[in-house]
Amino acid sequence: MVAGWFTGEGEGFRLLGTRCSACASVFFPREDVFCRNPGCPGGELREVPLSRRGRVWSYTDGRYRPPSPYVSDPELPWEPYALIAVELAEERLVVLGQAVPGVTVADLAVGMEVEVVPGVLNEDAETVWTTWQWRPTGVAA
Amino acid sequence: MTGEVAVLGAGMHPWGKWGRSFVEYGTVAARAALADAGLDWRDVGSVVGADTVRGGYPGYVAGATFARALGWQGARVTSVYAACASGAQAVGTARAQILAGLADVVLVVGADSAPKGFFRPAGGDRADDPDWLRFRVLGATNPTYFGLYARRRMAVHGDTPEDFARVKVKNSAMGALNPYARYRKRVTAEEVAASAVVADPLRLLDICATSDGGAALVLSSMDFARRHGVAEPVRIRAVSTVTPRYPNTVLDLPDIATDSSVAVPPPDETFRASIARAAYEEAGVGPEDLSFAEVYDLSTALELQWYEDLGLCGEGEAAKLLRDGVTALGGRIPVNSSGGLASFGEAVPAQAIAQVCELVRQLRGEATDRQVEGARVGVSANQGLFGHGSAVIAVR
Ligand SMILES: [Zn+2]
Repeated sequence: MVAGWFTGEGEGFRLLGTRCSACASVFFPREDVFCRNPGCPGGELREVPLSRRGRVWSYTDGRYRPPSPYVSDPELPWEPYALIAVELAEERLVVLGQAVPGVTVADLAVGMEVEVVPGVLNEDAETVWTTWQWRPTGVAA
Repeated sequence: MTGEVAVLGAGMHPWGKWGRSFVEYGTVAARAALADAGLDWRDVGSVVGADTVRGGYPGYVAGATFARALGWQGARVTSVYAACASGAQAVGTARAQILAGLADVVLVVGADSAPKGFFRPAGGDRADDPDWLRFRVLGATNPTYFGLYARRRMAVHGDTPEDFARVKVKNSAMGALNPYARYRKRVTAEEVAASAVVADPLRLLDICATSDGGAALVLSSMDFARRHGVAEPVRIRAVSTVTPRYPNTVLDLPDIATDSSVAVPPPDETFRASIARAAYEEAGVGPEDLSFAEVYDLSTALELQWYEDLGLCGEGEAAKLLRDGVTALGGRIPVNSSGGLASFGEAVPAQAIAQVCELVRQLRGEATDRQVEGARVGVSANQGLFGHGSAVIAVR
């Protein structure tokens, strides 16, 4: 549903942001039109892969079904998933994402190392919508 | 001070789920504010409405809608939208018009009929809208963000779910004394702990509901107030509507990520703290001068964050301030004497105006059982989605 936010498979999976050629600011989700640094005259925004690993800034979950446009099957009981905000040291920013299925808030702690992996947001007969997910390092898929 | 405007009237429609049009709530509140001011609607030279998109009325409307309901009388009209800060921007606009000499008397109105359940973005596939994206890609509701902030406070400052519950217990005790609040029942810590988890670690009673409601103010120039026979009106001394500074490094609604601080070091203070500082600087007061505060307690944990952002205590010391009873009625600086969002729920365009209504009641000494003794200076603080600051300082 959003083009160019991530790329690759398996170990090569990466979130994609953009970096300003004038001031080196990094943007995620990608900023392709203007650099948002108020002190920057504006440079070319080039695609850049983000760090694969980061540390948990905070986390929570959603015990109630989110409203649309989140897609979920109203026929099935709601299965909460964890959401993790992850601090990427090199890019010095925090990125929110879903945890991989099976990881709950009980498995998480602020400061824990996690890595980005590909995941499925939802699927129907024709399409599988892929996304990024965070997984504690050392946990097998 | 040359920057001051007088508050001649304050009025509200009770909060609740009434299932009627926002026009009705706003008009009731406006008539109450006019009666409180002792003014006829035809004395009003300008009306400023805080917009709503809901309630079955098409588009982003407010000012003219209320003017029509009250009866067209030719007043200047303005409508403003700034999410939860809409009410503060309406007050700011009214104040600017008065100080610029464009109007002597301005009516400020905000009202809403809230939808059921979680707030959600407008329909359609809108991948260029961060608010749409956070729901579509992550299923991240507003409580998701409140949960993230709460968990972060627990990890960094050692706050506990019991501390969060204490906020609800305190606010519900004060809301029980406010006839305009939606929830008028005292809540116990046990009831908070027994309520369902919504977004770990926050429970249903930690998170504010959505509500219908309306609030209005009649503002005037100091000269007009004197001519009108009000020698010592409550005065608005500051309205802060600042934006964040780059890089905004606290993950904030509705964004999926923060700004990067790789090229520019983060500012010395957070966005919320800068909202308060701008108000203090404009008013020429500091946190030590405050008698009481109204803050946007979208969640119990967020109220604690505001204590620190307002400078009521140092970073990480909010839970102690609460435990010591400093922010309860009878404490050194009561917070949310109105009952706060915990007791009102959100009626987005009305809430920041309702906060000022409470400042006015307290500063006039008209808050009955919830009166803050000797109230002289009050601040309201709030934050609107998409980077809208909101704080008002009123004095007596
Ligand atoms: Zn730049």
